[in-house]
Amino acid sequence: MVDYDLNGVEEDMSFLEMLDVLNEELVAKGEEPVEFDHDCREGICGTCSLMINGQPHGPDSRITVCQLHMRSFNDGDSIVIEPFRAKAFPVIKDLIVDRTAFDRIQQAGGYISVNTSGRPVDANAIPIEKDMADKSFNAATCIGCGACVAACKNASAMLFTSAKVSQFALLPQGQVEAAERVQNMVRQMDLEGFGNCTNTGACEVECPKGISLENIARMNREYLSASVKG
Amino acid sequence: MSVLDSKVPSGPLAEKWTKHKNEIDLVNPANKRNIDIIVVGTGLAGGSAAATLAELGYNVKTFCYQDSPRRAHSIAAQGGVNAAKNYQGDGDSVYRLFYDTIKGGDYRSREANVYRLAEVSSNIIDQCVAQGVPFAREYGGLLDNRSFGGVLVSRTFYAKGQTGQQLLLGAYAAMNRQIQRGKIKSYTRHEMLDLVLVDGKARGIIARDLVTGEIERHSGHAVVIATGGYGNLFFLSTYCMGANVMASWKAHKKGAFFANPCFTQIHPTCIPVSGDHQSKLTLMSESLRNDGRIWVPKRLEDAQAIREGKLKPTQLKEEDRDYYLERRYPAFGNLVPRDVASRAAKERCDAGHGVNKTGEAVYLDFEAAIMRYGKEKAYTSGIKDPDKATIRQLGEEIIEAKYGNLFQMYEKIVDQNPYKTPMMIYPAVHYTMGGLWVDYNLQTTIPGCYSAGEANFSDHGANRLGASALMQGLADGYFVLPYTIGDYLSDDIRTGPIPTDSAEFDEAEKNVRDRIEKLMSGKGEHSVDYYHKKLGKIMWNKCGMSRNAKDLESAITEIAELRKDFWENVNIPGSSDSKNQELEKAGRVADFLELGELFAKDALQREESCGGHFREEYQTPEGEALRDDENFKYAAAWEYKGEPKDAVLHKEELKYENIEVKTRSYK
Repeated sequence: MVDYDLNGVEEDMSFLEMLDVLNEELVAKGEEPVEFDHDCREGICGTCSLMINGQPHGPDSRITVCQLHMRSFNDGDSIVIEPFRAKAFPVIKDLIVDRTAFDRIQQAGGYISVNTSGRPVDANAIPIEKDMADKSFNAATCIGCGACVAACKNASAMLFTSAKVSQFALLPQGQVEAAERVQNMVRQMDLEGFGNCTNTGACEVECPKGISLENIARMNREYLSASVKG
Repeated sequence: MSVLDSKVPSGPLAEKWTKHKNEIDLVNPANKRNIDIIVVGTGLAGGSAAATLAELGYNVKTFCYQDSPRRAHSIAAQGGVNAAKNYQGDGDSVYRLFYDTIKGGDYRSREANVYRLAEVSSNIIDQCVAQGVPFAREYGGLLDNRSFGGVLVSRTFYAKGQTGQQLLLGAYAAMNRQIQRGKIKSYTRHEMLDLVLVDGKARGIIARDLVTGEIERHSGHAVVIATGGYGNLFFLSTYCMGANVMASWKAHKKGAFFANPCFTQIHPTCIPVSGDHQSKLTLMSESLRNDGRIWVPKRLEDAQAIREGKLKPTQLKEEDRDYYLERRYPAFGNLVPRDVASRAAKERCDAGHGVNKTGEAVYLDFEAAIMRYGKEKAYTSGIKDPDKATIRQLGEEIIEAKYGNLFQMYEKIVDQNPYKTPMMIYPAVHYTMGGLWVDYNLQTTIPGCYSAGEANFSDHGANRLGASALMQGLADGYFVLPYTIGDYLSDDIRTGPIPTDSAEFDEAEKNVRDRIEKLMSGKGEHSVDYYHKKLGKIMWNKCGMSRNAKDLESAITEIAELRKDFWENVNIPGSSDSKNQELEKAGRVADFLELGELFAKDALQREESCGGHFREEYQTPEGEALRDDENFKYAAAWEYKGEPKDAVLHKEELKYENIEVKTRSYK
């Protein structure tokens, strides 16, 4: 762990802009800057991933680090910044971790098997109840940042995996392959070394997009019924 | 005759694409297995192209600098995707979408490409629904639509304020399916550093593994560049931090013409700059202009009192407000196209009516919409004689359901509640219409090098309409490029794998290594960001929302000087053979320092105002853009000749056979 003193931080700065200031100072001194992952800086790409004072994405709720502003802290505060920690997220450098385990879970089944033909059925051919479409959308807003894993004492990826399973399970288009999908995705999730879910709900509390625990319950039901069907 | 052959098929406009598809050569499925394609960039265009090419049977390698294809900046697109479905029965059609797009682009795009875009637009919606993209629906279970700027119909499909996210995750899912099948090999945290040409054809790339610093060679029978736009040239923009022009620029230096670099979209509704520390700007979706009204105080003294914090916007009476868009453009009001809305905001702020401490902000006000929706909701809920507080509460709930995530985003950044006080907004760089010149097949001037999505120049002319970027990215990737590329690859069925141990690869790799070494050898005192910010200031002040010959000329000189200083003095700590974010940034800024100069040169030669390109010398007495169709009805395609100042201009004359070219009016 390294301590840095930083002056000139303004309350309108975002947390990452504060780190930019730090890095500019380090570069000016000829030192290597602190590397961290970030990209869109508007809370949607899911790249930024910092533990701030023990909380994924810091103290404020329902936001990512890049949306956190320095007005959430007081002058003189000591802030502890760590990378997201999990066996399945190895550290690459400084505050950057490798989250490709998430990609592999998606590759195992996070899709509907339709080719691009230009000739699928008309988009309005299958009406979908608004409530179901909205629930599917809510699950689909997961940004894959990994805060759920970082928050979980078991480093479980159940919230992440269940969000994708739910998005498709709630839509008629997704139901065709639902059984196979949930089994494949859960298998991959276990292979990656993520822990199990013990229903503490820390993931839901820390999720910047408010993905609901209901998704985990739905995934468990889907998994059970898939297993029974064999 | 121009060296540029657009390869637009003959025949009536509406039949061109079908006819073309029937006539081009195809590669049979067994032969596709022997052909490798490299796709650089995995956003909507690259991701959808990669997935479709792999489905067709080609071997695809994808490259992105992000840690996952799911993080490409297409994900940040908020408002929606256009399609000529006419589900609303409001008179929409393929022709109308085509017409709106050409007119919106101020008659500087290619007819045949735009018509094809409109034609395949409805396929996009069908395809995405089949893939499980959860679009917004009405209570009857059918898809919902909203309106966007510059059009008179409701043709925009959306998923709350996260349409780009949902479409990108759809393309990412399609990619994942092909990765699992072994048809796509995905290289993440990789950056393309050069394009490799063998016998004049694009045959591979040199890439850097951003984690290990290793320089790699990858070969293919064709290379697709889908790496988005170059708006980060301005430092402050709504682009993601990593967005860069490297792949396109390297292709340009190898012979691909770069078209209309000065056509940049400045989006009218972004959160204003708050200070010098600012690293990026955040967009507030254009969809907000469906319900928000834009205004500034009528009287200068009121504006000043607001800036000094002595007066609140909510205290200003209706008659003391200037709803300048509604006043100037009664037919389209707050939904005028982006270039028009941005210029109007600048005009008011320059005249002293700005409302934040820097004087560069206008109001976007939801008061009227909240009360209107609230009243309607009260009546439909059976509440007789509702009081104002009830109406407001009901109205706020409806606004929240429509734009909740945007309002939350605003509140987190600005620390003000936009339900209670109007939002402050100001224009910011958002999209670039210019890019690699491509023909009807989306092929650049290098055989075998294709470009899709925002990276190419083809469809939006001098101004892009809202919700058309997602449409174009997916149209190119899902429905156009995978078919047109077959025509080229049909000659390669007997070529066999392209070796990477050739002299061409050796040379390209050497150049890349030399360049990295040169960057690392600078021993000055300034960081990469220092140069990037300086470049951004020059661009914004002299090549931004309004331009003139004098400023453009001085921008050219200043950028050239800055570039020289950069190469001598930039300070990059660390080493090149490991993860090094400063080195990554340096390579990107070095390209911007060249493109910036070409941008200014392009803006200087275009002695007219059109779309997002506004030259102060060419305007009507009312301050509207004055186009010069007689002399400038062309796409300007630049050929690389060493220094940007030596670039050679080639003109592709634009022919309008199906549309009457008129002065654009939204009054």
